[in-house]
Amino acid sequence: MRHASLVLLAATALAGCAASDRPQPAPAPAADAAPAIDRDPYPSTYRAPAADRVALVGGTVLTATGEEIANGTVLMEDGKIAAVGASLAVPGGYRTVDARGKWVTPGVIDAHSHLGAWAQPESVEAHNDVNEMTDPNTAQVWVEHSVWPQDPGFDAAREAGVTTMMILPGSGNLFGGRTVTLKNVPSVTMQGMKFPGAPYGLKIACGENPKRVYGGKGRSPATRMGNVAGYRKAWIDAQDYARRWDKWDKAGRSGEAPKRDLQLETLAGVLRGEILVQNHCYRADEMANMIDISREFGFRIRTFHHANEAYKVASLLAKEDICIATWASWWGYKMEVFDAIEENAALVHAAGGCAIIHSDDPIVIQRLNQEAAAALSAAWRAGIRISKADAIRWFTANPAKALGIADRVGTIEAGKNADVVLWSHDPFSIYARAEKVWVDGGIVFDRADARYRRHSDFLLGQSGETK
Amino acid sequence: MTRRLAALVALLLATPASAETIAIVDARLMTMTGAGEIERGTILIEDGRIAALGANVSVPAHARVIDGRGGVVTPGFIQADSTLGAVEVSQVPASADRATHNAAISAGFDISLGLNPDSILLPVSRLAGITHAVTTPLYDDRRGRALQFAGQAAVIDLAQRPQMVTRPRAAMVLEMGEGGAGRAGGARGSAIVQLRATLADVRHFAAHRAAYDRGEGRPQALSRVDLEALVPVVQGRMPLIVKVDRASDISEMIALAREEKLRIILDGAEEGWRVAGEIAAAKVPVILDPLADLPRSFSELGATMENAARLHAAGVTIVIKTGSGVAHRARELRYGAGNAVAWGLPHDAAVAAITVNPARVFGVADRVGTLEAGRVADLVLWNGDPLEPLSQPQVLFVEGTEKPLTARPLELRDRYMAPLP
Repeated sequence: MRHASLVLLAATALAGCAASDRPQPAPAPAADAAPAIDRDPYPSTYRAPAADRVALVGGTVLTATGEEIANGTVLMEDGKIAAVGASLAVPGGYRTVDARGKWVTPGVIDAHSHLGAWAQPESVEAHNDVNEMTDPNTAQVWVEHSVWPQDPGFDAAREAGVTTMMILPGSGNLFGGRTVTLKNVPSVTMQGMKFPGAPYGLKIACGENPKRVYGGKGRSPATRMGNVAGYRKAWIDAQDYARRWDKWDKAGRSGEAPKRDLQLETLAGVLRGEILVQNHCYRADEMANMIDISREFGFRIRTFHHANEAYKVASLLAKEDICIATWASWWGYKMEVFDAIEENAALVHAAGGCAIIHSDDPIVIQRLNQEAAAALSAAWRAGIRISKADAIRWFTANPAKALGIADRVGTIEAGKNADVVLWSHDPFSIYARAEKVWVDGGIVFDRADARYRRHSDFLLGQSGETK
Repeated sequence: MTRRLAALVALLLATPASAETIAIVDARLMTMTGAGEIERGTILIEDGRIAALGANVSVPAHARVIDGRGGVVTPGFIQADSTLGAVEVSQVPASADRATHNAAISAGFDISLGLNPDSILLPVSRLAGITHAVTTPLYDDRRGRALQFAGQAAVIDLAQRPQMVTRPRAAMVLEMGEGGAGRAGGARGSAIVQLRATLADVRHFAAHRAAYDRGEGRPQALSRVDLEALVPVVQGRMPLIVKVDRASDISEMIALAREEKLRIILDGAEEGWRVAGEIAAAKVPVILDPLADLPRSFSELGATMENAARLHAAGVTIVIKTGSGVAHRARELRYGAGNAVAWGLPHDAAVAAITVNPARVFGVADRVGTLEAGRVADLVLWNGDPLEPLSQPQVLFVEGTEKPLTARPLELRDRYMAPLP
């Protein structure tokens, strides 16, 4: 784990360089020390679950590096993948889990979730903390401050193999706020779930939602051109803000520091490449506009979310190295998603791009494997040859890339965090259920053991399944 | 003469369009009748009707033979609680005819009128093996929860033809429980009293129509149109779909239906498994979404993936649906059924829950929902287990007509897909 300096060296709040132990401030550069600004004021307190040495033996392993290993062995030690391969010998000291007839994949990663921020029971207005629709630019809000770790949706997702997810603010605003990446472990605090070292994201929304919300209030944006004007004004302000902090920094941080502005701090963090742009954007033409805006102001877009028309600009997205996070089955609920097709992910994949199957939904997050199967089936129907060993990346390795955590999770490779799912069947089968789930080598779900189910305090003592 | 002409036209319309002999051979046939599954059988379709089916059917020389090896033939699927044919783009109100906020037309709203046979959603749903839908009114609550009833549902086919209504006015839709309480002033006790009062009003109206029309009837809360629409409900001729989830709401509605002699269908029933025996004893069918496993409200705290399996095990007739008022996502119906199997529902029961069960519950079992000789062909040949996403339909008949497996999204795909190597 990396430790963050707590002094503001750059102009912005640097995201997520969290550590288990809160690091000491670095020495101040001058006697009249500049005010120290904590770049990680809500640090992760995540502790990996207790891990023993585990060998999964005899299963079909989809590594998400392109391999399908029959009769595979996966060794987990000290929270990491120690080895993976066909018919590996199991060294002494490992507890063996019989995976014969079953399948093994990396932990499922959802690149787009609102769990915790719009928690169950979701029909209760008090639980809707996802959209700060009070201004078209709310880049200053951090969705982690809306996350309620007792959301029963986290349990349901964990029982379905989801080990990591990015929680985003809603899409009612041009700038919705910061995202947060969480590990799906039971915790009383958000900090206890926070993925150590994961970068922050900035949620930006294209198209119908912002213009509907604010046009409906008689404010800008009321049109798509109003949306773009809103983005550009914000980036101009952010450039100015970054310059003022740079100037102060280059002057040895003497004299009065510029006043902090949370909204601009986040935008400036994007300009510095520290915060990843997570852009809700459906239409191909709007994605092209957003790419031009990113060039105009010198930042990169990491992922287009929903992106149901990505197939129309697949080669552009591949060239720009921008991931798309989409569904197979959702379409037609509004005009900008009228042209959605089930083959979207496959066509982006076939063009050499980074395709992701995401949920945006507390039900779909429980079956991202099935949503991917529907996308894969559509590919096969179209004659596009994509293997299961490749398609598994759509809800493991590729979202890890989009979230900036691919060096730690998303594949089953030696040295990676041991986030692993043991499935009852081929995960592309409708009958597959997660049987066991490990996070950092520690078991967090075992279908055979009732202690691993329903951690949420909300359901305690209620009628129904908890008995 | 005119009458004979009309009769002739009606006959022509009723005659399936495909004047052809087609044999699907060597497929597994899921008949959904007492004949059960035929492991390796043939279906012979002549002029749009199933002429014969079974393990030993001889295929005429002139027949077009479709190789069904490794495949499965099912009846066409039926999506219950859908808005297919009544919506094109959900957030474009002018493209939707699925709900009304007209205070004088609540129970009277008849969704079978004004449906769109050219909807591009119909062929999209066919690609998922769906040949019929129960198009069911939603409530339009944009001006508050003002209306008591949502209106009357219709069974439609997805053939994209003007005569798309298989059965109009197949059921009345009423939300009770939490939502019903909201409609009746904020409390369940108010909603139940209001419902009883409404039923009494309808009975009084039915017995005193003439007086009512002379302006001598007692004051009525509902419009004449609404009262008229509810007469078949109080007479037990039209089933009442009751949307409820909480176990106690289910029990309460079963008791009310018994007292008022109503035929009810439970819709939602997420806590149905907790009172499964009671539902079975009352012979009340249940429409449910197998994927609804979250406590989305205080009425759904007991929601579980095992609801379908437990209700079935208790002897309840279940109908599987996707979401609520589904249209674009209707194509996920078979996945919901597959998930119910993953959580304990027998496979044949899951297929029944999207074929013969909805056909019976909505009064169209004489036409659709099973594979039987003599029936109009309404069926799908799949290249594998129909509940698996990796399977796809190969051949599809809607009410006697073979439909191409194309749809607008596939045309978009082909327009943008690079030529395959």
